[in-house]
Amino acid sequence: MNIKIKNSSNDPIYLQIKNQIRDAILNGELEVGELLPSIRLLAKELRVSVITTKRAYDELENDGFIHSVQGKGSFVAPQNTELMKERFLKKIEASIAEILRYAKLAGMSHDELIEMIRTLESEHAECD
Amino acid sequence: MLNAIELRGLKKRLGNFVLGPIDLTVPRGCIVGYIGENGAGKSTTIKLLLHLMFPDEGEIRLLGKDVQEFTPQMKKDIAYVFDDLYLPEDMTLKNVHNFHQKLYGQAWQDKTFSDLVARFNLPDSKSIKHFSRGMKMQLGLALALSHGARLLLLDEATSGLDPVIRDDVLDILLDYIQNENHTVFVSSHILSDLEKVADYIAFIHKGQLLFMETKDDLMNQYGIASLSEKQLEELDDKAIVGKRPHKFGVEVMLKRELVPSDFELEKVSIEEIMVYMIKGKRK
Repeated sequence: MNIKIKNSSNDPIYLQIKNQIRDAILNGELEVGELLPSIRLLAKELRVSVITTKRAYDELENDGFIHSVQGKGSFVAPQNTELMKERFLKKIEASIAEILRYAKLAGMSHDELIEMIRTLESEHAECD
Repeated sequence: MLNAIELRGLKKRLGNFVLGPIDLTVPRGCIVGYIGENGAGKSTTIKLLLHLMFPDEGEIRLLGKDVQEFTPQMKKDIAYVFDDLYLPEDMTLKNVHNFHQKLYGQAWQDKTFSDLVARFNLPDSKSIKHFSRGMKMQLGLALALSHGARLLLLDEATSGLDPVIRDDVLDILLDYIQNENHTVFVSSHILSDLEKVADYIAFIHKGQLLFMETKDDLMNQYGIASLSEKQLEELDDKAIVGKRPHKFGVEVMLKRELVPSDFELEKVSIEEIMVYMIKGKRK
C-alpha cells in the first residue's frame, strides 16, 4: 500500500491518510483480516505525528473499516460492500441535488453540466 | 503511569528573570517541541527537570515520580543531550565508553552504544577534543540512548548542525518513540525540524508558558493573509494575532475560526506562528 501526503492539499493530513487507507480497503488492495502498520510505525515512516495517525485509525474504526485489538494491532474489518455502495449512492444523490440547485441558479443547461463533468473527469484522470 | 512530565506551579527566580508559575503535562509516548526566544526560560526549565537547579516553588514529577525522590539508580531512566558534551576533552571514545559502562552498570546497553557509534562512524581512538561539533552531538546522543532511559531531554542539541545530520537525529528520535513508553522533550530553535517530528508544541515567552497544543491543531488554527489597510480594518480585531505592515500592504496572521470562511488564508509554519505571536505582543 502506498500513502502519499500532500502538504499542498487542503485536506488535513489525518484525512489524507484515512481516505487512502479506506480506498485501499474498498478496492481490495488491503484484504479483510490484514494487519495494518502500527500507528507509531506509520507516523515514523510518513514523518507525521503519532496523534495524526491515531486520529486516522480512530476514524477508520468508527466508520467500520478496521477494528483494533488491544496489544495486537489494527486489522481490516469485514466489509459489507452492499451497505457501502448504498452509503455512497446516498452521498452521490445528495451531491447531485446540490449541483442541480447551483446549476439552476447559474442558468446552466443540462448539456453544459454534462460537459463540465466530462472535463473534470478527464482532468482527474490526468492527475491520477 | 501515563504522564512522562508533570509540572505543577513550577517557579524559579534568577535575578530579574522569573520562570513560571508553569503547569505542564506531557503524556508518555510522544515528542514535545519546547520553543521560545533566547532567554525565554527553556534551558532553565530543562535544568530544573534534571534537578541541576532547584525550584523556588512547585512540583516536578518525571515518569510519575517526584524528582526529589529520585535515587541514583532511577536516574538511568532519564537521558539528556546538551549543546556540548561536558566530558574531559582528553578522553577517547573508548574511555568514554568504559566510563559510562561503569557509571550505569547493569543498565548500560553495550550493543545499542556500539551500533549507534558505528552508525555515526565515530573514530575509536581520537580524543574528543578533536571531534567536530556534529560528532560530539552524535556521541552525546549515543550515550543518552544507551542506558535504557524512558525520557529523553534535548536542549538545543542540534543547533549549528547541518541539515543532513539533523535529519538523522530526527530518524533516531522517531525510532526511539516506536516504544510507546518512551518520551522526548526537545528545546530547539530549528522549528522546521520540530514541524517534522513533534506531536506537541509548548511555547514559552518571558518565563510564561503560552500554550501546549498538538502540532496539527496549532497549525490548523492560524492562517496568513496579505491585505490592504482597508481590508484589515474590516476584520474582527480579535482575529488578528500579529501583523507585519509594509509599504505596499500588510501581512497578518489570523485565527481561522474568526474570519469569514471564504477568506483566502495561506498555511502557516511553526516559525511564523512564533514570530507573529511574539511581535504581536510587542505592540
